[in-house]
Amino acid sequence: MGVDVWISILISICAASTPLLLAALGELVSERAGVLNLGVEGMMIVGAVAGFATAQVTGNPYMGAVIAVFAGAAFSWLFAFLTLTLVTNQVATGLALTILGLGLSGMVGESFVGQPGIRMEAIHIPVLSDLPLVGQLVFGQDLIFYISIALVFGVSWFLFKSRAGLTLRAVGDSHVSAHALGINVIKVRYLAVLFGGACAGLAGAHLSLVYVPQWVEGMTAGRGWIALALVVFASWRPVRVLVGAYLFGAVTIAQFHVQAQGVNIPAQFLTSLPYLATILVLVLIARNRRLTMINTPSALGQSFVPDK
Amino acid sequence: MKNLVIALAASAAALVSTAALADGHAKTKACFIYIGPTGDFGWTYQHDQGRKSVEAAFGDKVETAYLENVPESAEAQRPIEAFARSGCNIIFTTSFNYMDPTNKAAAKFPDVKFEHATGYKREHANVSTYSSKFYQGRYVQGQIAAKMSKTGVAGYIASFPIPEVVRGINSFILGAQSVNPDFKLKVVWVSTWFDPPKEADAAKALIDQGVDILTQHTDSTAAMQVAAERGIKAFGQASDMIKFGPETQLTSIIDEWGPYYVERVKAVMEDTWKQQDVWHGMAEGNVVMAPYTNMPEDVAKMAAETEAKIKSGEFEPFTGPIMKQDGTEWLKAGEKSDIGTMLGMNFYVKGVDDKLPQ
Repeated sequence: MGVDVWISILISICAASTPLLLAALGELVSERAGVLNLGVEGMMIVGAVAGFATAQVTGNPYMGAVIAVFAGAAFSWLFAFLTLTLVTNQVATGLALTILGLGLSGMVGESFVGQPGIRMEAIHIPVLSDLPLVGQLVFGQDLIFYISIALVFGVSWFLFKSRAGLTLRAVGDSHVSAHALGINVIKVRYLAVLFGGACAGLAGAHLSLVYVPQWVEGMTAGRGWIALALVVFASWRPVRVLVGAYLFGAVTIAQFHVQAQGVNIPAQFLTSLPYLATILVLVLIARNRRLTMINTPSALGQSFVPDK
Repeated sequence: MKNLVIALAASAAALVSTAALADGHAKTKACFIYIGPTGDFGWTYQHDQGRKSVEAAFGDKVETAYLENVPESAEAQRPIEAFARSGCNIIFTTSFNYMDPTNKAAAKFPDVKFEHATGYKREHANVSTYSSKFYQGRYVQGQIAAKMSKTGVAGYIASFPIPEVVRGINSFILGAQSVNPDFKLKVVWVSTWFDPPKEADAAKALIDQGVDILTQHTDSTAAMQVAAERGIKAFGQASDMIKFGPETQLTSIIDEWGPYYVERVKAVMEDTWKQQDVWHGMAEGNVVMAPYTNMPEDVAKMAAETEAKIKSGEFEPFTGPIMKQDGTEWLKAGEKSDIGTMLGMNFYVKGVDDKLPQ
């Protein structure tokens, strides 16, 4: 295989990994604040349909991505209102959010089925994007890809280097103590959930505007659940989420190449390989139990009612 | 999660049933179980078009219902039975692995007629099976591919190694080899019927591996879009996907279920429904080829001629001499495959560059 084929493969891997990375980062922040939102799949698909519909109507895929971010956040607000204000069970509400999102998106998107979408084209920087070898890979991809990479470091910095991040982690570890310190637990959690929704929305927009520019019901096909699993296996560390998402993407793409080469390995095994490899590697990374426990938000999934 | 959706859907269906019973079965109720969403613009979309034909044909006399995204596992039994309880007179289960759940449900509800698509088990008198000879269209596609390809290699995005899919792959390569005996086919299994991003990944991988014609046995239009983006040609699947690749689609095999669904619902209404096993193809109008586009006139002419020959029964793709992949002889010159071997096909013919997952 020539070099340009390898570049093309690497770009495919980026495309496969970006939506997982975005959705998982958003969920990571939400879970770090102690809120387990199982509605990632639902928020993602709402973002996908909102982004696609907006792009079709306005003719502008960037506008689509912006609206997808707002749609994801708005949808997650519903979750936040139910679980934080009305103190419903997070697991059940998250599942309901996913079911609602899948159904609602199907209804909203019905008139857009069968329409070829508008692709968010890769950016093009004169000279840099035309560099041999790395040009297209590093400087010639779609905007959402760059946002996802920037967010890994942004979230990392925010959580571990900023005061606001410390507050957020405190809320996730012990909402009672945080409350006693005068932190507005509910407000912090609202913001964290909204961020998670916004990221999931953008992940959805990547699917319907970059990955496969079309709208079909259920097009997320379980990616929200993979993102959720990534957060846990990455033991709530942003850089590990990056490793996990890219590993999953890379093995997904690689196994297709192995199949296309006609290598004599059962296809069923190969298609399950991304899951196996990602779990194995992330479990190995997180094998220090003490460190993992430190990273696990202790108040994850617990409801909090501030005493008045 | 999906289980939960089904449980909810099933209870909703059960609620509807009490209402339906109240009006005394004035209408015939035809129900459909779908593997994907009706908006997949492929397999399920075409079945739903069939359901709409039933509504159009009988108007007020018929009531239809459907459930989407029903998984192909034992889980499928609950929604099927929920339909049966809700007063459905005839239930169409439209994917291969609904086979056992359909037969189990049929045992419990002897008065309900069951129609299972693409399967072969009819364990009870109230189960019929029906399928289409999609492979006939695959042969035509193979011929076109061999004429159009510059690299001499086509890519095939396959779902699961069930006979229907294997038959399609074999028929495609036989068609291609009838034009170019050295033609090669790369097969990639995605282990899903419907996952647009994954189908796109498989398409990209195949193109990077040097194929310049794509064909698929999965249900979305993703591969067509990737082919369009990369500037190669591709075949649509289940419905006409020309909108997704105006300069890409060569043709598409369109599944026309409407006539069959109308016929069977009519049989229920007139109380003439009998168990049967039908396998219709081009001749009966079940398999229709989308217009031959984006190819030179002589290629289109060749394709149309082959199509006409298959339609009239003059030619059948699985006619010898055909060698199996391992080089042993399967069919002697002029010999035609028996139906049983075709329905249970679990081997590749010569020229497929892949090992069949068992």
